[in-house]
Amino acid sequence: MMFVPGNNPGMMADAHIYGPDSIMLDLEDSVTMAEKDAARLLVYNALKSIDYGDTEMVVRINPLSTPYGKKDVEAVVKAGVDVIRMPKTETADEVRELEAEIIKVETELGCVGRTRIMAAIESALGIVNAFEIASASDRMMGIALGAEDYSANLKTQRTPGGAELLLARETIVVAARAAGIACFDTVYSNLDDMETFRKEVELIKTLGFDGKSIINPRQIEVVNEVFAPSQKDIDKALRIIAAIKEAQAKGSGVIAVNGKMVDRPVVIRAERTVALAIASGILDKEEAL
Amino acid sequence: MRNSKVVSLEEAIRKSGLKDGMTISFHHHFRGGDKVVNLVVDQLARMGYKNLHLAASSLSDVHSPLIEHIRNGVITKISTSGLRGELANEISHGLMKEPVIFRSHGGRGSAIASGELHIDVAFLGASSCDELGNASGCPRSENAKSICGSLGYALPDARYADHVVVLTDDLVAYPNVPKSISACDVESVVVVDSVGDSSKISSGAIRDSKNPRDILLAKQAAKVIINSGYFKDGFSIQTGTGGASLAAVKYIRESMIEKGIKASFALGGITAHMVKLHQEGLIGKLIDVQSFDKVAAESIASDQDHQEVSSVEYASADHKGSAVHALDIVILSALEVDVNFNVNVLVGSDGIIRGAVGGHPDTAEDSALSIIVCPLLRGRIPCVVPKVTTLITPGKSVDVVVTEYGIAVNPARPEIAERLVEAGLKVVDINDLAAKAKSIIGEPDALPFGNKVVGIVVDRHGDVLDEIRNIED
Repeated sequence: MMFVPGNNPGMMADAHIYGPDSIMLDLEDSVTMAEKDAARLLVYNALKSIDYGDTEMVVRINPLSTPYGKKDVEAVVKAGVDVIRMPKTETADEVRELEAEIIKVETELGCVGRTRIMAAIESALGIVNAFEIASASDRMMGIALGAEDYSANLKTQRTPGGAELLLARETIVVAARAAGIACFDTVYSNLDDMETFRKEVELIKTLGFDGKSIINPRQIEVVNEVFAPSQKDIDKALRIIAAIKEAQAKGSGVIAVNGKMVDRPVVIRAERTVALAIASGILDKEEAL
Repeated sequence: MRNSKVVSLEEAIRKSGLKDGMTISFHHHFRGGDKVVNLVVDQLARMGYKNLHLAASSLSDVHSPLIEHIRNGVITKISTSGLRGELANEISHGLMKEPVIFRSHGGRGSAIASGELHIDVAFLGASSCDELGNASGCPRSENAKSICGSLGYALPDARYADHVVVLTDDLVAYPNVPKSISACDVESVVVVDSVGDSSKISSGAIRDSKNPRDILLAKQAAKVIINSGYFKDGFSIQTGTGGASLAAVKYIRESMIEKGIKASFALGGITAHMVKLHQEGLIGKLIDVQSFDKVAAESIASDQDHQEVSSVEYASADHKGSAVHALDIVILSALEVDVNFNVNVLVGSDGIIRGAVGGHPDTAEDSALSIIVCPLLRGRIPCVVPKVTTLITPGKSVDVVVTEYGIAVNPARPEIAERLVEAGLKVVDINDLAAKAKSIIGEPDALPFGNKVVGIVVDRHGDVLDEIRNIED
């Protein structure tokens, strides 16, 4: 997920050419108070007029407690955004409050249920409530860690190894899995240190995250490389999926591939491998079908 | 020493027999740091000369003092490859009575050799020179301060001009060898404080673009080359100096190492990137008409396999030794490309001259594969358009256009399109690219061109290719 400031038309116009899986247009921290209204208008028009193809479009709104939050919701739902990212989420009630705002606008438009929600958790309270937040609404598609605010809230600071974030990261992954939604790791902002960035991506992949937030197109390649499954894994996954399809067509329940029994977790992992291979650009969608 | 040719600038001019209405010439190896043009023309103005034809290999921002000399009638005609900055802006608005003649580097070399562009007096800056006029762009003493490496664009002037004056800021002991310009061609040597501002002549090291769009374009261009069918052992290559062209070399390098492919030579403007590949054994020889940075200038001074060529040997259309005839692959940039693959590198989308023809049409025409790297959009300016503002390189010379929205292949080269598609690259119709640009930006207003012709583009064969009209505010 690539962060793009909501007040930069040039960046918004061509963010998708670099091939991120999703783009997050930001109305919150990257936009000053004086530019909030202008940025909202820009983001609205970008969503309405730019052909982002099949890139998932996310907008980070201002908190509902600010004078801008509700206006942001109205504008981006009207513009047809895929996902609203709520910043600094601390309780499930905040998610439900956002949902109510979304429903108001969607009802007016006659498209109830279209907009999904992602909650960014950026405080100790948010981490304590992670599962409740993750399961607060059927619209929840994912939770994400916002590490800068979180580490400030913990009264510590970010380090290259990320020890200060370990509990938060593990909690977010566990909460997301328990709620059956996705989870995304925080940004890494030193663009000149690709080595530490790569280590961080490797770490969060091992922890179980579905993806990484990025702030520059140059980071996409590293994320894709780390998350990309090996050709051996892809071939195996494709064989498993093909075998399952064949078994389903024949009506048989249990199958074996290369002499090993294939049960549900194996199939789920195979499907995830194929999805990752497609997302990383190393497998063609049609080939996978 | 006996027979010393060292004189003052005024004396050199008097000795040259220069008269009103004659043609004087300059090279642009000192680029944005050049001091020679302004120094000489100031002196000519003081001496009362009028109506001169200034024939430079190129002119840049630093030459804005020429505006006054044009207003005062000292300079009434200009031939060049490029124009930039305030001088270009004024000329685009109709400063001169006569149109500027634009030629490519190869075209200029040919025109000088054939006599079509006759030079009466050449004023050539040199980084080092001895008292007889053996001159070089390489440093030959501790006092060297304005180093430019190759003097390729100055060599036709030195050879064919009626009278040659070398200006240097480092007079060294005879013999200054190896030499680029021979004393046999030189009539006078003038010692000046400085021929160029070294900080503006060349950058110190390899410039690696961090612009994500440049990197994206570079990677795509590298993929085009690798899958084009021309990427095989012994291939030859030339790149422009735009961020994306330079970065493309980096990605080609990785593939060369991986596949064990080596290039026989790199041609044209030589950069630190090319020197690095040469030193790694990935490029056999460097053929250098212009050294683009300090690394290249140092390399040409010390490496036998890094050789200077004149613009005639580099890129002339008709010369039998012209190196472009042996060139396989060239990567070039563009201000605009149109749906017929025509390219403009000279006039901005605002109708104002802001670039240079350079070796663009020469290399595009003679190479086996020419690749134009060009973003679809620069801010709110569309770069793939229905028709270029000014025609510099005809579409028949252009094979592939790489943009961030896809790769367009000239329909005349279906075999290349086939190879790229097979390699999984996104090949699109160039009309779709133009339509995409229009869908994002809309239809730009027509430019307010006037009726006065301010520039004429002469192609490398000597024929008029296009004319540039004045722009009205």
